[in-house]
Amino acid sequence: MVVPATRIVITGVGLIAPNGNNLQEFRANLLAGKSGISHIEHRYFGRAPAGCCDFDTTRYRKKKENKKGTRAGCIAVYCAHEAMLDAQIDETHYAGDRTGVYLGLTEHGTVETEHEIYNIKGYDYDVRYWSHHHNPRTVLNNPAGEITVSLGITGPHYSIGAACAAGNAALIQGAQMLQLDEVDIALVGGVSESTESFGIFASFQSQNALATHDDPHKACRPFDQQRNGIVVSEGGCVFVLERLDAALARKARIYGEIVGYAMNSDAGDFVLPLGERQAQCMAKAIARAGMQAADIDLVSSHATGTKQGDVEECKAIREVFSQGSHTYINNTKSIIGHAMGAAGALELAGNLPSFDDNAIHPTINIDTLDPACALPNLVVNEPVHDVSVHTILNNSFGMLGINSTVIVKKF
Amino acid sequence: MTRAEIRDLIIEIIKDIDDEAQFDDVSPDEPLRDQLDLDSMDFLDIVMELRKRHKLQIPEEDYPQLATLNSCVNYLEPLLHNA
Repeated sequence: MVVPATRIVITGVGLIAPNGNNLQEFRANLLAGKSGISHIEHRYFGRAPAGCCDFDTTRYRKKKENKKGTRAGCIAVYCAHEAMLDAQIDETHYAGDRTGVYLGLTEHGTVETEHEIYNIKGYDYDVRYWSHHHNPRTVLNNPAGEITVSLGITGPHYSIGAACAAGNAALIQGAQMLQLDEVDIALVGGVSESTESFGIFASFQSQNALATHDDPHKACRPFDQQRNGIVVSEGGCVFVLERLDAALARKARIYGEIVGYAMNSDAGDFVLPLGERQAQCMAKAIARAGMQAADIDLVSSHATGTKQGDVEECKAIREVFSQGSHTYINNTKSIIGHAMGAAGALELAGNLPSFDDNAIHPTINIDTLDPACALPNLVVNEPVHDVSVHTILNNSFGMLGINSTVIVKKF
Repeated sequence: MTRAEIRDLIIEIIKDIDDEAQFDDVSPDEPLRDQLDLDSMDFLDIVMELRKRHKLQIPEEDYPQLATLNSCVNYLEPLLHNA
């Protein structure tokens, strides 16, 4: 039964980020502008700034299962368990077959494929040494599937391939599945293990879109005049979504309500973003929420630190928020880098506490603000405090011209 | 390799797959998969490791001979006698 008016709320958050392995730690480090970026050495590629995560990989499953599975699956399993614990959901609150897992991925299987090719190189490319684990590791539902295996979830699971809009796209998918009454609980979000792939770094470099800086903490600098590209990061974030009535019935803590969302496509360039279409995406989400642009208190920007991408998003934000709005704008990637498939979910999670702590974390590393990015109320280098945040608009855009916006309201 | 060395090799490979595997109570004549937390993919890991470490190409029809610790030793002894 389709119930369009069904209200969907976030009741749990589990995450890993380069600067924190739970929401409290993550939030504290975002407010402090504490970068999670360091230099790493890559096979073939060499040194690059990257955001790597350090978490307890055997907290929720055995080392044996980590060996069999993937790094993305390991991240997903950790975040999913943390989210369920955070939501205080146990088997008395849900049926396994009424729980769905919808996980956003930018890419999947790149890491495993690179490892296998490297491995068989040691055997003169004899494919008899290619692992039988390759296919179950690289099927696109792998990280979501590893969650279901670990948590005994027997409802639907699949991945949402949506480039760097994937985290938002999974949130939207989960909300829709709850509205369609397909499931009672949706585990949604995104994961990225991209830091383990030399090819992803090499491709961004060949595209002249990979950030470099002697100080890795300064490498990711959206909106700065000297920005020179993307910092690839690892990360994961899983939310528990429920219908509002069910969440109220079990007296769940409610982080916020998903009141609006939209996705659209540039239908243009493979990699270059298009501000015009991004503005349309934001406007659609605001309209779906029954709001005006002035009702948005905070825009969590997507900007990655590329020359053109940041300018396009700023153009779009200017267009949508043109009426002398009070709306603040910040950027989480400046602190944690670009967590790809996890980015949208992580960036939303990092901003959700603003509903309660009345603060907005800054965009760091802006030494000289690019005039083309000089948005009114851009939170630069230092957090703002004592502000009232009731609505967050979360942008995530990706290659092939995929745009997504999710609006979350304080409950 | 001696029979004892082959037995240790199999145990070492399984411990690489699962570092929590306990061999104290493993009966050498009972199927390993009934006694340890091993599934079909783990079993293929054993086949792959034998291939990597000793260039052994074990045909699928011979897999049943790797079912128990003793049957592994019996099957591998002639193949590894020069190893």
